[in-house]
Amino acid sequence: MSRTTVTGKPRAAAGSRRYGTARRAVRRSVRLAAGTLVLLGLAVVVVPLVAPVDERLVDLGSAALPPSLAHPFGTDEMGRDVLLRSIYGLRVSLLVGLVAAAVSVAIGGVVGVVAGALGGIVDRLLMRVVDGFNSLPHLLLGIFIVAMFAPSAWAVIVSVGLTHWTTAARIVRSEVLSLRGRPYIDAAIGGGAGRMRIIRRHFVPALIPHLGLAATLMVPHAIWHETALSFLGLGLPPHLASLGNMINDGQRSLLAGAWWPSVFPGLFILVPTLAVAVLAQHWRDRTNPRRRSELNL
Amino acid sequence: MSLAGALARLVAWRLAFVVPLLLVVTAAMFALAKASPFDPVRQYLGERALVTSPEIREQIRANWGLDRPLAEQYLTWLGNLLTGDLGESRSFHRPVAEVIGERLGWTMLVTGAAIVLMLAAGLVLGTLAAYRQGSWADRLLTGIAYASEAAPVFWIGLIAIWIFSVTLGWLPAGGLTDAGSATVTVGEVARHMILPVAVLAFSQSSWLVLFVRESVIGALREDFVIGARARGLRERTVLAGHALRSALLPFLTLLGARIPELVTGAILVESVFSWPGVAGTAVRAALAVDFPLLAALTLLATVAVVLGNLVADAAYVIADPRTRVLGVS
Repeated sequence: MSRTTVTGKPRAAAGSRRYGTARRAVRRSVRLAAGTLVLLGLAVVVVPLVAPVDERLVDLGSAALPPSLAHPFGTDEMGRDVLLRSIYGLRVSLLVGLVAAAVSVAIGGVVGVVAGALGGIVDRLLMRVVDGFNSLPHLLLGIFIVAMFAPSAWAVIVSVGLTHWTTAARIVRSEVLSLRGRPYIDAAIGGGAGRMRIIRRHFVPALIPHLGLAATLMVPHAIWHETALSFLGLGLPPHLASLGNMINDGQRSLLAGAWWPSVFPGLFILVPTLAVAVLAQHWRDRTNPRRRSELNL
Repeated sequence: MSLAGALARLVAWRLAFVVPLLLVVTAAMFALAKASPFDPVRQYLGERALVTSPEIREQIRANWGLDRPLAEQYLTWLGNLLTGDLGESRSFHRPVAEVIGERLGWTMLVTGAAIVLMLAAGLVLGTLAAYRQGSWADRLLTGIAYASEAAPVFWIGLIAIWIFSVTLGWLPAGGLTDAGSATVTVGEVARHMILPVAVLAFSQSSWLVLFVRESVIGALREDFVIGARARGLRERTVLAGHALRSALLPFLTLLGARIPELVTGAILVESVFSWPGVAGTAVRAALAVDFPLLAALTLLATVAVVLGNLVADAAYVIADPRTRVLGVS
């Protein structure tokens, strides 16, 4: 097959070789992304168990040290090790992110199943609610909720859950709509199954992989949201090492030229988010047959 | 249907949706405030709460109408809103309308400039990346775009401050004017604007670059592009006049859908650069539990989003003659 490039030069000979390299590059980036996530996951679980020093250890004698062998990411203005604190911060942010993602997928799942299974006026009403929520700036809504209920981990989780469920609701609803027409559902109804039984025995099990994927994709969003709220001073309590709190703390020393206390915690947000995005993209390419056939051309 | 007719129908349809939306949003705000464990009077008085007599506290409560039932408070607020009275800000100790009025212009200035910059950069870079698909420039550009999509805006802002203000010393780190100056001059504001505008545009344009790139790549494969090339049109004409132009349609709708993100970005950027705009006040209002100001800001953001969507859809109707004939789906 000849692939014509946009400049008009045929590239028949190079076509298959380029495709091979592209596939190898994809495989390499997927492996890299998965490896990074596993490494970070291990660090978050193992490091707090074996760390030689406490992340909260204040040592004003070694305050604001640039990155060195003893402190690979440097120390902050209180003399705390930035690497160690970032790992603790990621742990806190990840925990909040996971719970918040679970909450939002649970809300979205219920709304989506109800809308898809009942249909009609209920469906239309619920979808308008989804539209309404989507047309609000999520951070502002989060700020409002946190302001009304004192900054805390739970306020952050609730505010993320209440703003991020719409994506899951859309996914679940469209999946239920496509399930509704399947022959085995007709058969179940013919066999006398009621609406609740169909939802419980047929819809929910079929939806679980989709919910899992939606929850996984939601975690980086939830972490982002938590970080933004914490950065604004409206998230987790300031003594807790969360990534947003750390970037906020680092803001002060930044003007004195110390970039490491705020730059490194940011990388701890950026890298896992990118890794999840790479894996999600790969998953989408694999499960979308149209894209695959285009790749094969 | 005529163009004016189609637009009128669109506006009417949207207004029918927006009034219930605003009612629900504002009612939900009041319900949340009611459920809040905070006592707004205590929050307002701060340390003075210890030395304030209960009678005076009751007096403040009555002044704010907090002693009346929720539904009555809400209806009073709605009534005042219709007459243009947004209440008194509890953290600025001034009317909310005044606080918003004097700050809205600064926010519009920064976000407006950022939108223009983001559109220009996004369209040009996205088209070039699509045209040179697979080249090192394309890979670099998409790499940066993916990274900036994953990076928090405020973090990018801090890095920009570190590079351009702290290390290079080229641009001020924040604020509207220099610390010592008493007057606001155009040159000074322009210099202080560069970083916030650039950071906001940079963080918002990543999706745009990726989206334009993807659509132009798709459009370049279409028959009409091959046809245009076959007729011997210049490459630039094919790219801008045919491929980009047809790739832009879905982008108009998406642009409207991105307004909430823009508001979020504006809140964070204004906080990082201590820009005296209206978005940054949301944080101050939240920290002080300043309900009247927060309510007005939420309302303002919702209206901005709805208006943005309306403009995007109107642009779609103007750009695509099919919607005029068949109606907006």
